[in-house]
Amino acid sequence: MLELVIFSTLNGVLYGMLLFLLASGLTLIFSMMGVLNFAHASFYMLGAYFGFQLSQWLDFWVALFVAPVCVGLVGAAVERWGLRTVHKWGHVPELLFTFGLAFVVEELVQMVWGKLPVDYRVPALLDFHAFELFGTTYPAFRMFMLLISVAIFLVLLMILTRSRIGLIIQAALTHPNMVAMLGHNVPKVFMMVFGFGSGLAGLAGVIAGPALVTQPSMAHVLGPILFVVVVFGGLGSLPGAFIASLLIGLIQTFAIAINYSLGDALSAIGMARPMQGVLSDLWQVTVAQVGPVVPYLMLVLILIFRPTGLMGTREN
Amino acid sequence: MSNGYRTGLTALALSLGLTALAIPAMAQVKIAFVDPLSGSMAPIGEHGVKHFQYMIDKINAKGGVNGQKMELLTYDNKLSPQETVIAAQKAIDAGARILTLGNGSGAAAAMIDFVNKHNDRNPGKEVIYLNYAAVDPAFTNDKCSYWHFRWDAHADIKMAAITGYMKSNPKIKKVYLINQDYSFGQAVRKSAVTMLKAKRPDIQIVGDELHPLAKITDFAPYVAKIKASGADSVITGNWGSDISLLLKAAADANLQVDWYTYYAGGAGGPTSIKQTGLKDRVFQITEGLANINTKENYAWETDFRKKSAGQGWWYPRVRNEMEMLARAMNEAKSNDPKVFAEKLRGMKYKNIYGKDTYMRAEDHQFFQDMYISALTPMTGDMKFDEENTGWGWKLTATVPMSETDVPTTCKMAKPS
Amino acid sequence: MSDATMTAARGNPALDLLRRYGIWVIAAAVMIVLPKIFTSGAALTTMCLMGIMIVFSLAYNMLLGQTGMLSFGHAVYYGLGGFLAVHAMNTIAAGKLAIPLPVVPLAGGAMGLIFGFIFGAVSTRRAGTVFAMISLGLGELIASLSLILRGFFGGEEGITANRTKMLTLWGVRFGPQIEVYYLIAAWCFACMIAMYAFTCTPLGRMCNAVRDNPERAEFVGYSTQMVRFITFCISGFFAGVAGGLAAINFELMNAVNISGAQSGVVLLMAYIGGIGHFVGPILGAVLVVLLQVFLSDLTGAWMLYFGLIFITMVMFAPGGMAGLIMLHLPLWRRGTLLQIVPSYAVMLVPVLMGLAGLVTLIETSHHQLVKAATDGPAMKLFGIAYNSNSLLPWIVALALMGGGLYLGKLWGPRMADAYSDAAHGQDSNKREAGK
Repeated sequence: MLELVIFSTLNGVLYGMLLFLLASGLTLIFSMMGVLNFAHASFYMLGAYFGFQLSQWLDFWVALFVAPVCVGLVGAAVERWGLRTVHKWGHVPELLFTFGLAFVVEELVQMVWGKLPVDYRVPALLDFHAFELFGTTYPAFRMFMLLISVAIFLVLLMILTRSRIGLIIQAALTHPNMVAMLGHNVPKVFMMVFGFGSGLAGLAGVIAGPALVTQPSMAHVLGPILFVVVVFGGLGSLPGAFIASLLIGLIQTFAIAINYSLGDALSAIGMARPMQGVLSDLWQVTVAQVGPVVPYLMLVLILIFRPTGLMGTREN
Repeated sequence: MSNGYRTGLTALALSLGLTALAIPAMAQVKIAFVDPLSGSMAPIGEHGVKHFQYMIDKINAKGGVNGQKMELLTYDNKLSPQETVIAAQKAIDAGARILTLGNGSGAAAAMIDFVNKHNDRNPGKEVIYLNYAAVDPAFTNDKCSYWHFRWDAHADIKMAAITGYMKSNPKIKKVYLINQDYSFGQAVRKSAVTMLKAKRPDIQIVGDELHPLAKITDFAPYVAKIKASGADSVITGNWGSDISLLLKAAADANLQVDWYTYYAGGAGGPTSIKQTGLKDRVFQITEGLANINTKENYAWETDFRKKSAGQGWWYPRVRNEMEMLARAMNEAKSNDPKVFAEKLRGMKYKNIYGKDTYMRAEDHQFFQDMYISALTPMTGDMKFDEENTGWGWKLTATVPMSETDVPTTCKMAKPS
Repeated sequence: MSDATMTAARGNPALDLLRRYGIWVIAAAVMIVLPKIFTSGAALTTMCLMGIMIVFSLAYNMLLGQTGMLSFGHAVYYGLGGFLAVHAMNTIAAGKLAIPLPVVPLAGGAMGLIFGFIFGAVSTRRAGTVFAMISLGLGELIASLSLILRGFFGGEEGITANRTKMLTLWGVRFGPQIEVYYLIAAWCFACMIAMYAFTCTPLGRMCNAVRDNPERAEFVGYSTQMVRFITFCISGFFAGVAGGLAAINFELMNAVNISGAQSGVVLLMAYIGGIGHFVGPILGAVLVVLLQVFLSDLTGAWMLYFGLIFITMVMFAPGGMAGLIMLHLPLWRRGTLLQIVPSYAVMLVPVLMGLAGLVTLIETSHHQLVKAATDGPAMKLFGIAYNSNSLLPWIVALALMGGGLYLGKLWGPRMADAYSDAAHGQDSNKREAGK
């Protein structure tokens, strides 16, 4: 049991940190530009594929630095020639633009790299077991992922709280109009933030690609969860996104470890298990089965009771 | 908005752009292949097309059926039941009366239902559904239909084969079940529990997991659970990304168990297994494989690989299906499904390995020897690898047909 | 009603009636005649699907276009309506319920209404992003539940029914697709009228106010939350009716119908058609269904085209197809519509050039990347056979695209001039030029 708890915690934190890498960029974009970027997970996928391609041609360590930059440039280009054109029509068309973009990116990736998973491997340098506990090993690459995500989180924190550009971004998170009034080139800031956010997503892709499978559906699977993280944490709140990422990572991992159903709970308190009726299936379902659904339930509940999210200060 | 509706006219005028679809019937036997040809499952569908085209070319080279050539029509059902109905409708409009579909039990169920209703409502224009890969046991049990024939072994038959093998392997003591949470995964799980109990009551089932279909990005938590349970073998019906991600997480955690799978050999499977380095530990259950050493089989595989850029002959059942179809049509001297279906029922057939097989008349389920094989690096007696990985499926055990002879609950209603 | 129509109405009451209701008569006539022209089974099924989707996307647009509520989970009400309808059909077939098939969509509607009521109560308290996110969460939640609650949803295989095993009404068994077509057409027509009528009610008008300026709507004394809630319920009802119709058409309901993908499709339909006009979603539904059903027969890269069409519409025609058509309404009124035809005809050349180039580029790369490995480099496009390995098709494609773009840029301003000439008259244009 103890090893299950330890490994679940490790995996949960790792998954949470990965989510945060993606969510931090998304929440920046969302808060500043008001764009719910449906294509954000597509940038994550692009990162994984760029990383794969570059590590085929050159080396994983080159890919680690170059691929996120490439994705960031793609992101900036999308903002400059796509979103900015749509911006004048309002927020809904912007969102729909990213919706369509996610579609197109997935198709293009399928065309270029095929529909099957690609053989994106852990670099030889990190292809060993970091430690062994109760007979279960933990791969070094996962520790590396964890380190990278924590490092990025710290750097992000430093930039946002200690640097001038960070102050502008922070100001723009809460008072976007005021920042524009003060003479900052808001479109340029937008482009940079969008590029930076996409680059972060790309980085997440580069490091997640070898650990998880790099395939065309990887964006689609992760997309909706990101919105849950951002909205649950509170719009425009990086600490909120951080807490939400970890919370959802841990909940998802621990839910899997629990094998009890509602029916078991009823039996435990001495009640009969309902066997008939439309909802009878509900009593049979174990916590492990509904694990992946829990984040959506959390999203709906928090929005009903606290529309600003966990740590957010504004709704729109 | 007052004049908004004026352009409603345009909406309807636009639908005039719909072209009439009726294509004049030519003197050819049309076989409609309906399967996903776009989206993530497309590689599987596209490779299926190659199988059928290859078979049809072979049959036509021998003179076709009843003096007519066969022609393959392909339709993309996008894996959706509704689209399947539309695709079947299109195929029938184009003159096809033989439909074949494999992937997705939802799509297959829709197809059976559609064919039943179509034949009921259009007497004299009956169509037939030849199923080459949808393995929900219900299709030849409770939902069995006179118009549906299945050449793939269904989930229970495959489980009977796996457990039949386990029966003779005393090393297996603790089994973990992990399956996708939908009808097929549940069928696998259910039959595993009952059959293991019957054949090896001493085996302990230490875990019985259902996870959401195609939604999990990281299987590490599941693997941690398997590890904690102390299992030595895992049975899984997972396919697609759910099997490759699962194996990857297992390799990461250095989980040393044997994997008994239904679909580890699917598109991309061998690549990801090789990537994880799980050699000799991943087994699959199939109705045949490239490395069965008969002259005819090797020649067949070599020829097909030459024509399909090295991809293997995944579906020995497609050969069974098409050859039996052609034989039934020739014997019945008719291309009318209503006539030749009768010939297919109970038909006996010698397959490419020289083994006896038959189509059971009472439920239209095909029976044959089943093979358990493991993916390993190529050794001397293996001829074919998979996906250019240098790894191939090596025969582990043959499960005789008698072992797989599961009973059926089918009460076939014969059309009048 | 615009001034022009009012004047005309005063002049001649009969003409007014014709103007008012003529379009509906024409619409009904077209619906009746269509299956006589397109008789094949697939065409009939497609038209049935169009009818269903018209109802669904109009219901959706009640939220998005009319009230400004962006929903990512409207398939919930469509799907639940459909599932209840399937169960109703099975109950009727078992002889436990005595209602004829044509009434079954009402059951679907009731289901949509009930769940619209329940979920609307919690989600319509806020507008904007919060509403959108709740709808996304609810959508995913119900979609996941649909795979867990097998009793009601039938797992991923879904629930099937047989529409011919019902009470027969006037001897109609609804076996042949054509009978189902007329049933769907009738429901579609009725729903179109009902939803159009809704836009004319005071509540329908208040929806626009809530969309455009919620604060003022509050000050005038309306509860914006109540307006959103009621609209949401009504929209849920019509979505449920559409689901019920789908259940009758396919005799099958499954988890796909309730999934996020279905919610996405209806959003696409409404937006491509144009959310600013009542007719928009109708156009969008027809176009998207056509693309869905037939594009995949033409090309393996159909999803890419689908995405590109959508992005192009969002970027350059935010009003959708209806918006584009409405641009020409002033010209129609002024009687100068014919005047711009030559200018458009010239524009057609670069547009076709560009499109041909783009299609060649996509198809050739698709062939080269996806098919060439197994099928060889030989391919055929527009009836021309060529080799995707050679450089020529790429050069031709790029030249066509470049040429189209260049000529389009060249002619674009002239076309704009021609348009404004036709819209505002020669003189106003000259006056501006003279300044």
